[in-house]
Amino acid sequence: MEQLSGGDMIVRALEDEGVEYIFGYPGGAALHIYDSIFKANSVPHILVRHEQAATHAADGYARATGKPGVVLVTSGPGATNAITGIATAYMDSIPMVVISGQVQSHLIGEDAFQETDMVGISRPIVKHSFMVQRTEDIPSIIKKAFYIATTGRPGPVVVDVPKDLTHPEHKFDYAYPESVSMRSYQPSTKGHSGQVRKAARLLLNAKRPVIYAGGGVIQGEGSELLTQLAKKLNYPVTNTLMGLGAYPATDRQFLGMLGMHGFYEANMAMHHSDVILAVGARFDDRVTNTVSKFCPGAKIIHIDVDPASIAKIVPVDVPIVGPVTTVLKDLDAQIDQQQSSSERTIPDAEAIADWWSQIDSWRAAHGLWHGRRYDESDFIMPQDAITALYEATHGEAYVTSDVGQHQMFAAQYYKFDYPRRWINSGGLGTMGFGLPAAMGIKLAMPNADVACVTGEGSIQMNIQELSTCAQYNIPVKIVNLRNNYLGMVKQWQDMQYDSRYSESHYASSLPDFVKLAEAYGHVGMEIKDKADLEPAMREAFSMKDKLVFLDIFIDPHEHVYPMHVAPNGAMKDMWLSKTERT
Amino acid sequence: MRRILSVLMENEPGALSRVVGLFSQRGYNIESLNVAPTTDQTLSRLTLTTTGDDLKIEQITKHLNKIVDVVKVVDLTEGAHVERDMLLVKVRAEGAQRDEVKRTTDIFRGQIVDVGPATYIVQLTGPIDKLDSFLSALGEAEILEVVRSGVAGMARGEKVLTI
Repeated sequence: MEQLSGGDMIVRALEDEGVEYIFGYPGGAALHIYDSIFKANSVPHILVRHEQAATHAADGYARATGKPGVVLVTSGPGATNAITGIATAYMDSIPMVVISGQVQSHLIGEDAFQETDMVGISRPIVKHSFMVQRTEDIPSIIKKAFYIATTGRPGPVVVDVPKDLTHPEHKFDYAYPESVSMRSYQPSTKGHSGQVRKAARLLLNAKRPVIYAGGGVIQGEGSELLTQLAKKLNYPVTNTLMGLGAYPATDRQFLGMLGMHGFYEANMAMHHSDVILAVGARFDDRVTNTVSKFCPGAKIIHIDVDPASIAKIVPVDVPIVGPVTTVLKDLDAQIDQQQSSSERTIPDAEAIADWWSQIDSWRAAHGLWHGRRYDESDFIMPQDAITALYEATHGEAYVTSDVGQHQMFAAQYYKFDYPRRWINSGGLGTMGFGLPAAMGIKLAMPNADVACVTGEGSIQMNIQELSTCAQYNIPVKIVNLRNNYLGMVKQWQDMQYDSRYSESHYASSLPDFVKLAEAYGHVGMEIKDKADLEPAMREAFSMKDKLVFLDIFIDPHEHVYPMHVAPNGAMKDMWLSKTERT
Repeated sequence: MRRILSVLMENEPGALSRVVGLFSQRGYNIESLNVAPTTDQTLSRLTLTTTGDDLKIEQITKHLNKIVDVVKVVDLTEGAHVERDMLLVKVRAEGAQRDEVKRTTDIFRGQIVDVGPATYIVQLTGPIDKLDSFLSALGEAEILEVVRSGVAGMARGEKVLTI
């Protein structure tokens, strides 16, 4: 059998896993592994400028491709810098394997140079973690790490490797395991047939149904099946922030996003529904508003691969634990069977038609473009910037975002027709996510348009990655909605703190982003005039091999609407503009 | 309501910290915790007592099951079961108290496992309430030190917690 050092084993195992990119940053405890990377010259390594960016880049790669992202960092600060990115991936159930160097085994616990308890510090934000104790175990641990990260409800897995176990002179037999089975980890593969039967009956007898689909539909590759099911039943669909693209946004049956900044018709339909089919969604507090007032008349069917997500927030009438694909297939078959054996037509076409006319009247009254201040403002409106992005990219781009108003505008106004195109940190809400995530996507999809919608607050949290983009020629487009404020903070301060802008204004401290982009060898464009918006956007995307930083000066006082009334509001309680509420 | 959860988990480093971490992370409380290897060297058995309504216990059970190192979780309080806690208590045993403590220990069917010139260590095993009553029955005797093992438990009859 072939004999390899621990460092070589790690690199070989990544090759054997079919890994396309390692995102990382070297340092003392990881140097043997880095030497193995150099010598093997097999899996390309992307040197980021900060470990947080490595995790976000791997995360973006994973979200866009469905394949696990891979990160390599050193011990101590390398490991702790990766933490925010690991937590981001954990909250959104993104498959990721993070290999961290650790100080030598005999130094562990002695407060050695660059020592930190990585397994301990990452424990609450990983799906699982391993501390390697013997070099011989490396192949099986890496195999398990990938298996755990990608199956069931996906998530990040940390593998912490003490430096002495990667020493080039200590060689052991290497064979990469073909399969893995763990008695303590057996994710569900099929939903309970009795529950599926009940779900089908409930769905078919609904008069005011809503399909509420989340990120799990995208992660679980269930978009196509979900779309078919919705089409077959002619039922309305709403997607969560994480689920955008799970159902095509330009379709008539799509109600838009739901929740805190959800569409009026989506939130109203949820509140007044009698049956909710929740698929791969988790009743997040940004969706439900006040839980005790959540959808009072609705019976809830909840499909999720993670049993702990079910009945965590709201009681559920029909829980179904299983992968979204097999459950939706079974549900579809059950629906066919019940429809063919039923004496009357189900669902009740008349009731569904009434429901649609109700939804259409909500749509007509307060659809998304309601209440905007377009004509009053001399500035470019953020909504129009997103629309211009949509037009320039023909709705086909991969769009990452950071966190804040720009994120909500992008979620509302870029109509995502395909899964895995909308890439944002929905759970943890991590500023600084957008640019590195876009890098990971562009590397995976070199021919696709990749845009990072951001604000001047978020972009500065990982702006150093402009250098990484220069080194590896990663021509993403940065759409900076610049309003000189931390926009969402300002919005809350406007609404709840009498416009006292505590630490949310940049005064005149912002850099000249055009010059900054140029300093890294990229292209910068400043857009202040409404008339320049669309041409500039088109021009930026015509520069296929250039990173373009579009610095768009937008109306500094625009708010995101609709917005749930809180606290104590229900789904139906929304601000529709600065002055109107439901 | 008080519940006793029995957990079989991989005898791996870090497994216990994942279980304990879950409780602090999600705001669940642990009243007692007992953990030791089993006859199968690859497995540890952990018994913990906690309180909560059905919804909370369901969540705790689900989250325990989600921990990759956890093989099985059983709520012993769902059925007939035996539960035992072990108490060691060091009491001042001088003068009249020396006989009094001995008598109380006998009534509770405890054992004196250490006899010092002026102290006893009493060992007592039983359900929690028996140990509590014993401590209050010691009355005027001065309690110097108490240690309890935490509840260990098992389902009655044919039910077996194994892999």
